[in-house]
Amino acid sequence: MKIRRIKEKIAYLFLLSVVALLLFILGFIFYFLFSKGIKIISWDFLTQMPKKSMTAGGIFPAILGTFYLTFGAMLFALPLGVSSAIYLSEYVAQNRLVKVIRLGINNLAGVPSVVFGLFGLVVFVKYLNFGISILSGSLTLAILILPTIIRASEEALLAVPQTFREGSLALGATKWQTIQKVVLPNAISGILTGSILSIGRAAGETAPILFTAVTFYKMRLPGSIFSEVQALPYHIYALLTEGTHPETQVAIAYGTALVLIGLVLAFNLIAIFLRNKFRRSKKW
Amino acid sequence: MVDNQINHKNGLRMKIRDLDFYYDNQQILKKVNLNIEKNMITAIIGPSGCGKSTLIRTLNRMNDIIPSAKIKGDILLDNENIYSNGLDVIEIRKKVGMVFQKPNPFPKSIFENVAYGLKINGFSKDRNRLMERVQESLEAAALWEEVKDRLNTSAFDLSGGQQQRLCIARTLAIKPEIILFDEPCSALDPIATSKIEELMIKLKEYYTIIIVTHNMQQAARISDYTAFLMMGELIEFDETERLFTRPRQKITEDYITGRFG
Repeated sequence: MKIRRIKEKIAYLFLLSVVALLLFILGFIFYFLFSKGIKIISWDFLTQMPKKSMTAGGIFPAILGTFYLTFGAMLFALPLGVSSAIYLSEYVAQNRLVKVIRLGINNLAGVPSVVFGLFGLVVFVKYLNFGISILSGSLTLAILILPTIIRASEEALLAVPQTFREGSLALGATKWQTIQKVVLPNAISGILTGSILSIGRAAGETAPILFTAVTFYKMRLPGSIFSEVQALPYHIYALLTEGTHPETQVAIAYGTALVLIGLVLAFNLIAIFLRNKFRRSKKW
Repeated sequence: MVDNQINHKNGLRMKIRDLDFYYDNQQILKKVNLNIEKNMITAIIGPSGCGKSTLIRTLNRMNDIIPSAKIKGDILLDNENIYSNGLDVIEIRKKVGMVFQKPNPFPKSIFENVAYGLKINGFSKDRNRLMERVQESLEAAALWEEVKDRLNTSAFDLSGGQQQRLCIARTLAIKPEIILFDEPCSALDPIATSKIEELMIKLKEYYTIIIVTHNMQQAARISDYTAFLMMGELIEFDETERLFTRPRQKITEDYITGRFG
């Protein structure tokens, strides 16, 4: 009996210390970034153009660029992803072909992001001739997050009880009416949560936009969807690898990283907030 | 086996002829023949897994949504096969309403639940006309008095029995001619059950009712005809009183006296 108790204690302490270690590492990263980055962050840093070949001034164009790219990616990925998910989970018979398609989608989620970047370069930049631009970058990011959105949407659709569909169909509703009026309103929270989490991922990606959208330094803000842009993750990379004043550039890079982390965190918080809000209104 | 000996004085609404039903390659229903009389309650009883739910779900083509389902034979609604190619399944489901085993109101307000079927069928967008029909349906389902002051609250705030009556009101709103009840009381307590039973007896004045139930007392209490189904075969069909007092088949007698099931 005693040994059993001791084992219980050991197991508990082990699990507790693993979690504590993880929290410590996480806290350390935040502390490190925060202490290094906060010095440089000011209102001007967030709203000004860079100056003196990146050694002074702000990062406004990079913030704006990241916003354009992620917003653009959402614009393409959300309708495509949700439509595919609806088709896959509501319309098509669950046969072998669908299983293969689903496997393909899941594998797509595991493809390294640089491969998407390469694809974007070949297809959007070169073949479709969109050039290095917001459009090419958004489309590439859209493909990157598409599998995540499809999977999240499918899960959200599956979570809607089958009895709701039956109730609607039995009243003479068409399949589309049922999806529109009963299924989607009850799946929308899950779809949104999954999608917003995937925006967070898109915002932080560097490789997919490396060949398709970004530039290190630009005098002007982008004028159209065919302009090149600056973006936060690439900005960090460029500050650390290019230029002539490493010391000042590294400091700016920390500030930029902090802004980027803050942005991703904000997306995740919005997702959590939405999920909780919708979850409270559900009662089945 | 068709009930040649039964005198259907109101005339027949539905005829099931040589119905075979398969999931994948498993045969669930075997050559089922059954007549459904107008303005009567026909009960389908039988042990779990005998195919009674499958049978009732063929009557409004609810099984269409299961891809591996396969059906043979005819189901005639006023002498028209509801499975014939030219027929619109939506029209059939408007004529043949259904109330399910577990109350399944939509996560909407009480009003919206009843108005849903009206809206999707293009009844009217006019709030007053909708309200009129919603009230009428809730009254017919004996729920109006309990909910009239809170039509805009969520249907999930109602008790199980109220939710089931709401589902009945929702079905009545689109004015079906036949209503299918698939074990409508199996999730309800005895008081809620007796309310639903009273309601069904009232409703048969206007509607033809078919009910699947695992509860033999319920079938005996409310139905006019009873069909006894076992392992996908219709064993016996008769006037309820006769089936429960003088069953023709030994196996029916064994079942209703509780020797198995």
